[in-house]
Amino acid sequence: MEALIAVLIRGLGVGSTYALLAVGFVIIYRATDVVNFAQPALMILGAYYTSLYVFNVGMPFPVAVIAAMITMAVISALTERIALRPMVGEPPFAAAMVTFGVFVVLFILAFRLIGTNVIVVGDPWGLERIDLFGIRVNQIDLAKIVISMIAIAVVGVFLKRSRVGLAMRATALDQEVALAQGVNVGRMFGLSWAISGALAALSGMLIGTAAGGVTPLVAFVALKALPVIILGGLDSIQGSVYAGLIIGVAESLTRAYSSTYFPWVGSNFDIVVPYAIMILVLMIRPYGLFGTPEVQRV
Amino acid sequence: MLAVENLEVVYEDVILVLKGISLSVPEGSIVALLGANGAGKTTVLRAITGLLDIHRGEIRKGKVTLDDKEIHHLDAPKTVAAGVGQVMEGRRILTELSVEENLRVGAHTAARGTVQDNLDRVFTTFPVLADRRRSVAGYLSGGEQQMLAIGRALMAEPRYLLLDEPSLGLAPLIVQQIRDLIVEINEQGTSVLLVEQNANMALSIASHGYIMETGKIVMDKPAAVLRDDEDVREFYLGLREEGAASFRDVKHYKRRKRWLS
Ligand SMILES: Nc1ncnc2c1ncn2[C@@H]1O[C@H](COP(=O)(O)OP(=O)(O)OP(=O)(O)O)[C@@H](O)[C@H]1O
Ligand SMILES: [Mg+2]
Repeated sequence: MEALIAVLIRGLGVGSTYALLAVGFVIIYRATDVVNFAQPALMILGAYYTSLYVFNVGMPFPVAVIAAMITMAVISALTERIALRPMVGEPPFAAAMVTFGVFVVLFILAFRLIGTNVIVVGDPWGLERIDLFGIRVNQIDLAKIVISMIAIAVVGVFLKRSRVGLAMRATALDQEVALAQGVNVGRMFGLSWAISGALAALSGMLIGTAAGGVTPLVAFVALKALPVIILGGLDSIQGSVYAGLIIGVAESLTRAYSSTYFPWVGSNFDIVVPYAIMILVLMIRPYGLFGTPEVQRV
Repeated sequence: MLAVENLEVVYEDVILVLKGISLSVPEGSIVALLGANGAGKTTVLRAITGLLDIHRGEIRKGKVTLDDKEIHHLDAPKTVAAGVGQVMEGRRILTELSVEENLRVGAHTAARGTVQDNLDRVFTTFPVLADRRRSVAGYLSGGEQQMLAIGRALMAEPRYLLLDEPSLGLAPLIVQQIRDLIVEINEQGTSVLLVEQNANMALSIASHGYIMETGKIVMDKPAAVLRDDEDVREFYLGLREEGAASFRDVKHYKRRKRWLS
């Protein structure tokens, strides 16, 4: 029982970093109709800057995290302004291809910056375990869950309650109406990228503080955001959260128990699980658990 | 005064849609702009409010002035800030947001201190909206949605309000109601440019009317004169009663096509 709970918490920890990435995807998708394939590269760079600010600049860890989030928000908004804004009015598919191009460019940049080293982001949590209702859990897993959920909640409240958040939602629903009401739609596009970049940086930091550190190849971990947004529905923030947690837990359960109960699937089956779930969802409910079935507009 | 002078507009660089239009809305008045489908009425409004470029349209000649200052090069947000609000064709309310959220979107450019007062003002003018302020806007009836669209535009306290076919698809009784509300809004100090195919309704409240055909103004007279004009009676007032249904079918078909492209 205790082992099971530890496994679940580890799954929720990983899952909440997926959720962070997925929420970033969803915010950009809702505001601009573009699927942003550059997100994983933003995540890696976010981890890189956190590490830079901690070790080379000497900032205290929390300050470094916030500075890295701001840095990535700026880089991300600039990317939108330079590479994506000219694509406004072009088919979303073409814009998605551009984001793929951006991914390649940023990824190469990350490779240059990081080299073949493994960067460590700092180790504020270490391998400490703490007692949670009598169960020993890794502090890092709790940190992942708590920090991710707080960040997502802040974004949610901003979208729900603030004037600018409302303008972003209006832009997502009908750009022409938003314009006609005086919303600067271009600025909303930039803002959606900025938020998304900051969330990517945060998830990069959380993944980076894990034992492995960050290499550019960790970008492929971020690809798991894809099954997450498919499961959650491309246009639902809530969906991304649930889906991120579900996928994280599914992965972690598989890793812990598949060799005992389903030895025939072989080891490392957990890597495949998110994608298996994705394919299943695409077959049964292509718009995801929480997504809107093909928004109709006449 | 809001004025349009010799305006020429092309879409996609080649489709000439407005061929030298001039019209003016004096401060405090209601002016009607009438015309059949495709005459270019909506295009005139887009040109005034800076919404042409997202439709790949462009002003080739002429100008739009607000109290003698040129405003046609302003983008949409700046036009709103300059005091020109609009209610787009087809209401275009944000169906997934609540009634109050829709109104607050309209207040995007307004000073923060004015929002609550304007909300109260809109709810007084449209009591149905007050009753439904927390409900999802998509569930409102057509007439209520039109009121919401108008109320949303009022949240920015426009000096000039452009209305694009507010009677479209509404039952006669509701059209009456909307008409009275337009008069009320005008009496409270907002000048109105009313685009309509329902000439009857528009000419009954306007002081002046313009009639457009394929990108040109073909008639420009006081509303009272237009009401009594034989041709206008035949082509616009008469047609309305017999051909209304088929008219609307044509229109929907056309609009779909445009959205998909
Ligand atoms: N984005 C566009 N690209 C190309 N042509 C357009 C575009 N929008 C409108 N048009 C054309 O311009 C002409 C005028 O259109 P507009 O919508 O201004 O007419 P309207 O008088 O408002 O018509 P309706 O009564 O149907 O609303 C039509 O022939 C229309 O097909
Ligand atoms: Mg029109």
